[in-house]
Amino acid sequence: MNDREPLTFLMTQAAEYQEQANLVARGSEPDKNDWRKYFGFSTDHKVIGIQYLVTTFIFYLMGGVLATLVRTELATPASDFVSREVYNSLFTVHATVMIFLWIVPAGTGGFGNYLIPLMIGARDMAFPRLNAIAFWIIPPAGILLMSSFFVGAPGSGWTSYPPLSLMNGKAGELIWILSVLLLGTSSILAAVNFIVTIFKMRIPGMGLNQMPLFCWAMLATSFLALVATPVLAGAMILLSFDLIVGTNFFNPTGGGDPIVYQHMFWFYSHPAVYIMILPVFGMISEIVSVHSRKPIFGYKAIAYSSVAICGLGLIVWAHHMFTSGTPPWLRMFFMITSMIIAVPTGIKVFSWLATIWGGKLRLESPLLFAMGFISLFVIGGISGVMVASVPWDIHVHDTYFIVAHLHYVLFGGSVFGLYAAFYHWFPKMTGRMLNETWGKIHFALSYVGFNLAFMPMHKLGIEGMNRRIAEYDPKFAALNLLCTIGAYLLAVSTLPFLVNVCWSWVYGEKASDNPWRGLTLEWMTTSPPPVENFDADPVLATGPYDYGMGSRATEVNVAFSDASDPVLSAGPSSTLRAKPDPAVAASPSDRVGESHNR
Amino acid sequence: MTGSTLDSAKTVLNHHHDAEVVAAHGAEHQDFRLLGIIVFLVAEGMIFLGLFMAYLTFRSVATEWPPAGTPRLELLLPGINTAILVSSSFVIHKADTAIKKNDVKGLRLWFGITAAMGAVFLAGQLYEYFHLEFGLTTNLFASTFYVLTGFHGLHVLFGLVLMLGVLWRSLKPDHYNSKSHFGVEAAEIYWHFVDIVWVILFLMLYIL
Ligand code: HEM
Ligand SMILES: [Cu+2]
Repeated sequence: MNDREPLTFLMTQAAEYQEQANLVARGSEPDKNDWRKYFGFSTDHKVIGIQYLVTTFIFYLMGGVLATLVRTELATPASDFVSREVYNSLFTVHATVMIFLWIVPAGTGGFGNYLIPLMIGARDMAFPRLNAIAFWIIPPAGILLMSSFFVGAPGSGWTSYPPLSLMNGKAGELIWILSVLLLGTSSILAAVNFIVTIFKMRIPGMGLNQMPLFCWAMLATSFLALVATPVLAGAMILLSFDLIVGTNFFNPTGGGDPIVYQHMFWFYSHPAVYIMILPVFGMISEIVSVHSRKPIFGYKAIAYSSVAICGLGLIVWAHHMFTSGTPPWLRMFFMITSMIIAVPTGIKVFSWLATIWGGKLRLESPLLFAMGFISLFVIGGISGVMVASVPWDIHVHDTYFIVAHLHYVLFGGSVFGLYAAFYHWFPKMTGRMLNETWGKIHFALSYVGFNLAFMPMHKLGIEGMNRRIAEYDPKFAALNLLCTIGAYLLAVSTLPFLVNVCWSWVYGEKASDNPWRGLTLEWMTTSPPPVENFDADPVLATGPYDYGMGSRATEVNVAFSDASDPVLSAGPSSTLRAKPDPAVAASPSDRVGESHNR
Repeated sequence: MTGSTLDSAKTVLNHHHDAEVVAAHGAEHQDFRLLGIIVFLVAEGMIFLGLFMAYLTFRSVATEWPPAGTPRLELLLPGINTAILVSSSFVIHKADTAIKKNDVKGLRLWFGITAAMGAVFLAGQLYEYFHLEFGLTTNLFASTFYVLTGFHGLHVLFGLVLMLGVLWRSLKPDHYNSKSHFGVEAAEIYWHFVDIVWVILFLMLYIL
C-alpha cells in the first residue's frame, strides 16, 4: 500500500467524510453470512442477489460448455464432431442460456438486487416476497430448458423464427417457449420491483440527480423490461398455438405471416440487448470513477443518455429485419434511428474515457475489466453502426460478421462488465477480498482469448461464411481454427476466476467496510452488510462521485453521534427521520469544490 | 425464511426484539402495493397491445379481411355483453365509495353485483363461442378472434377470482375499513383495466 501513499491522502478525504457522516447508520456488525440461508426462500435482497449471481453463473458455465462444443465442431470444415441436428441444438440452447439465464438475470436480478437498496439507503426492495418469487422462477425454468436435451432440444436458434421453429421437433420447441415465458415473467416481476423501489424508497435527501448512476441505469433497464418483455410473451403465446393446435398465425402455408413474429420478437429482443448492457453501463460508471479517483465526467449526460437509450431502443427493432422484405421507407426509418442510438451510447463512452483521463488509476482487476469492457464494447459499437446501414447489412446479414458484432457487445461488453462488477463488489458481498494476482491472470487470459476467438469472425463474415451452419467452405479453415483456439483459451480463463472466488470466499483476506474508498452508500455499512443494511438511515455528506474534491472543512455540520442529534438518537424508525437530514440540508454553502450532481 | 424489513412483523421482531420499533417501522414505510399493481398493469397492457398490433398487421396485409367465406359475426349478444361489462365498472366504483365510508355491507353488495355481471359476461362469451360457425383453426381471422377474446376472457375470470377473494376477506371483522382496503382498490383497478381492454377489443374485432 505504501506506493500509493500520496493518492490515498487525496482520495480519502471525501470517503472519510462520507463515512464519518454515516457512523450512526453503519451496521453494528457484519452479517455472519450463514451459508444455509442461500438455499431457502429468503426475502432479503442481498441473499436474493447472491442467489441470482451464483445460479446464473452456473448457467453461464453450462452455456460455456455448449459454446465449447460448438467451436469444437467448427474447428474443421466438415461436420464431423456432432450431427447437424445436434449442432443446431447446441447453438440454440447456448444462446438462450447466455441471454435469458445469464446476462439478463445476472445484471438485473443479481447486481441490481444486491446493490439498488444499499445504494439508495433502503433496507430492502419494495416487495421482498415478490422479489423472492421472481428469483425462484429461474432455476426451474433453466433446468427445464437444459432437460430438453433428453427429448430433442430446440434447434431453431435463439430467435426461433417460424416456420422453421414449427418444423423442428415439437417437444423441444415447446420447452423452449415455456422456459422463455417463465424467464420473461420473472424479469417483468423484477422490473416492477425495481421501478417502485427506485422511485419510492430513496433516503430523504437523495433526489433522482443524486442517485448513483447504476440506479439510473436500472431504472431505464426496468422500464424496458416492463414494456418490451410482454410483447415477447404475446409472440410466444401465438407461436405455441401454431405449434400445439395447428393455428396458422405465423405459418404462410395456412395464410399466416411469419414477419409478424419477427416484429414481435425483435420488439422485445432489441430492447433486450439494452436490458443486457444498460446495467453494465451503470456498473462501469461506478467502477471507473472509484478506481480513477475522479468525479465522473458528465453525471447528467450519463444519466440522461440511459433514458435516451431506453426511449430510442424501443424504435429500432426492425434493423434486424432489413433482409426480411421490409419496405425501403421502413428500412430507412430504422436505419436512421439505429444510427442515432449510437449517440447516447457514444456519450457514455466519452464520459468514461474523460473520467479515466488524468485520474490516479488503481490498475487492479475491477478497473482492468472495466477498461477491457470499454475497448471491446467500442469495437462492437462500431460494427453495430456498420450493420445499421442497410447496404452493408444486406451484405453481412446472417454471416459471422453479426456473430462477431454480438459477441463484442455481449461478451466483450456485458460479460467483461459483469466480471468488473464481481471484482469490485465481491468484498462487500462476502467480507473478503479476491486475490489480485489471479484476477490479473483471469483478465489477461480472457482478453487475449476473447479477441482470438471473435476478431477473426469479422473477416469470416465479410468473406461470406454463414452463421448457424455446421459445415463451411474449406477456405475458411485456418481462421476458424484460430477462433476455436481462442474459444478454448476463453474456456480455460474461467478457471482462475472460479478458483479465486471459491477460495477467497472462505480464506480470502478480510475486507474492510470500504476497501476501495468509495462514496456510494453501499460502502457506508459493514462488509457484508447486516440483514437490515443500516442501523439508521444513511445520510449524504458528499455526492456519489466527489472524489478528490476540494478540502473538507471540519466545521461542516454533520452529527457524528446520536447523542448530539435528536434525529439520529431517535433511532432508525423514528418518524423524525422522514424529514430531510440536517446534514444534507446544511450542505450547499459548506462545501468547497462543488460536485456536479448535488 | 430469512427476513427483511418489509416482510412481516414477525421477522422484523426477530431483528429488533422490540415491539415498539416494529410498530414505528410499519408506520415509516408507506404501502406501495397499489403503485406496484399499476406498474404491473403497464406490462399487462403491453401484452394486449402486442396482440392488437399483430391483429392489425395481419388485417392490413391480408387481401381480404375477414378471409372469404368467414361467416359474419352477430352483433347483438356481444353488444349486450359490452354494455354489461362497461356498466360493471361503475358498479365496482360504488363499492370503493362504500368502503371509504366504512360501509362493509355496501362493499359486499356492490362487489357481489359486479362479480355477477362479470359472470354473465363470461357466460355470454361462452354461449357465443358455442354458436359461432367457425372454429379456432378455420382461418387467420378465426384464430385471432378466439385467441384475443379468450385471452381477455381469462383476465375476466381472474378478476372474478379477485372479487370473490375480496368478498371472502370482507367476512372477517374489520378486515377492510375506510383506511385500509388495498384489496378493494386493487380489484377495482384491475377490473377497470379489463374493461378498457375489452372496449378496444370489441371495436377492433366487431366494428372495424
Ligand atoms: C451502437 C449501437 C448498435 C447498433 C447500431 C446495432 C445494430 C445492430 C444491427 C443492425 C443488427 C442486425 C444485424 C443483422 O442481423 O443483419 C445487430 C445485431 C445484434 N446486436 Fe447490435 N447494435 C448495437 C449495439 C448492440 C448492443 C449494445 C448489443 C448487446 C448488448 C447488441 C446485440 C446484438 C445482437 C445479440 C445481435 C444479433 C441478433 C441475432 O440476429 O441473433 N447490439 N445489431
Ligand atoms: Cu438490435
